[in-house]
Amino acid sequence: MSFNLRGTLAIYKFELARTWRTLFQSILTPVLTTSLYFIVFGGAIGSRIDTMGGVPYAAFIVPGLLMLTILAESTANASFGIYLPRFTGTVYELLSAPIGVAETLVGYVGAAATKSVILAVVILATARVFVDYHIEHPLLAAFFILLSAVAFSLLGFILGCWADGFEKLQVVPMLVLTPLTFLGGTFYSIQMLPEPWKTVTLFNPVVYLVNGLRWTFYGQADVNFGAAITATLGFMALCIAVIAFIFRTGWRLRS
Amino acid sequence: MGAILEIEGLQKTYAGGVTALQPTDLTINKGEIFALLGPNGAGKTTLIGLVCGLVRPSGGTIRAFGLDMARDWRKARARIGLVPQELSVDMFEYVLPAVTHSRALFGRPADPAKIEKLLKSLSLWEKRDQRISALSGGMKRRVLIAKALAHDPDLLFLDEPTAGVDVELRRDMWQLIGQLRDQGVTIILTTHYIEEAQEMADRVGVIDRGVLQLVEEKRALMARLGTTEAKIALAQPVSAIPAALEHFGLAIEDGGKVLCYHGAGEGEVAPLLKALLAEGIDFTGIDVHESSLEDIFVDLIGRNHHDQEAAR
Repeated sequence: MSFNLRGTLAIYKFELARTWRTLFQSILTPVLTTSLYFIVFGGAIGSRIDTMGGVPYAAFIVPGLLMLTILAESTANASFGIYLPRFTGTVYELLSAPIGVAETLVGYVGAAATKSVILAVVILATARVFVDYHIEHPLLAAFFILLSAVAFSLLGFILGCWADGFEKLQVVPMLVLTPLTFLGGTFYSIQMLPEPWKTVTLFNPVVYLVNGLRWTFYGQADVNFGAAITATLGFMALCIAVIAFIFRTGWRLRS
Repeated sequence: MGAILEIEGLQKTYAGGVTALQPTDLTINKGEIFALLGPNGAGKTTLIGLVCGLVRPSGGTIRAFGLDMARDWRKARARIGLVPQELSVDMFEYVLPAVTHSRALFGRPADPAKIEKLLKSLSLWEKRDQRISALSGGMKRRVLIAKALAHDPDLLFLDEPTAGVDVELRRDMWQLIGQLRDQGVTIILTTHYIEEAQEMADRVGVIDRGVLQLVEEKRALMARLGTTEAKIALAQPVSAIPAALEHFGLAIEDGGKVLCYHGAGEGEVAPLLKALLAEGIDFTGIDVHESSLEDIFVDLIGRNHHDQEAAR
């Protein structure tokens, strides 16, 4: 046995099944929340705001809000996926099975990323009800959404291994990711910021994600698409290295 | 009978410096039931965790089915099943999908007929569509066993399989373990119920404070360390032990109405009775008590603790 494909599929299906069991929490809640953003910031306030680089404000915030949901849900899904078995003790089965780092990543991270992509599609369809947007590079947009979902599912997996309580599980998404996303140009162009904040904000990795996705929508953004792809791939590589370390040392998984 | 599991110099010291297992050598034979006995914190669960991949070893080697567990862990783990001590089950999951999931996790192809047979053998088939959280403690324990058996393991670890279950279920478990042995599954079980080990085990290992104190055939152990006591009520009181009976080491009690015999191992009660009759000493009753594995275990652990305290 080299790669345990059946085991990988078992993890993947098990995790996806949890989504359908918790449909309200997994799909409907984020869709409702994002729709409220579209209504309030896009419809109500957006109609009184000027265009951003020629893009109506309501359409301008669609990629950012989509990225906000992808990051939050990917992180939450993957972290919960591995934390729950650790919390209940059922992780013994995973650790005693012929399952290695590759199977675990494809299973847990793949399922979390799949959920996020499904969610992204639902949100895009919902957004169409409230906002008139278009996607200039649909294939690149799909690729970038998938890449971001995988990258932040990897981060979520690390969080799920690190957390030793439900509170810690929430700390990074609530206290780090959400502020970084709000300050990462979701609702504004970073060109609007005065110096030194315009330069400082370039150190926010989420700026690259939001603007990378925005570029695929409208062909224009505050940062180069190549830089966004490079930053995301670099982040993915870092996360994979950390997860490989976790499995090699057994940190937080094996005593 | 060939070795199915070979452990050499296996040890575990946790990050805090606590040594849970001193360097240990142990060989488990194919097809046997091996009972690992020891008080709480003796190192039983650590030893199982080391073999099953839940605990990282500090040193030593483990070979299962002739495979090095450090190198060929995928192949080896695919043939090992574990029933943990804790009732670690996904409470939101349902019985049938949970057991089916376990089989797939170990890389085995789906086999609904096999799972059905397994659930029926554990009286779980009627509960297959129930949420695990709705089951009783005993039923949850059965689910854990079903999950461990779902991939047809050749080597099964049962960590306190009957802890907290009622007598009926315990008897069912013993029956199941017997059936598994008949099917060729090698079983390593830890238990607090020494009666369980006495009932089922072929060999016994006693572990205490991280040290494997002994490993021996159950019968040989009981013969070596066990004792037999017999109280023989006489038809007529005697005032002295006849010379022909002196080598039995008898004692006179109750004003000569009772003869007491205390012998090592399985004792010599039958030859004693024949000798009594040959000497014309008639008896009206006999009460024989052979020490159980539990007596031996308590004595062994007690002696070990006493020796360690004395050495300090």
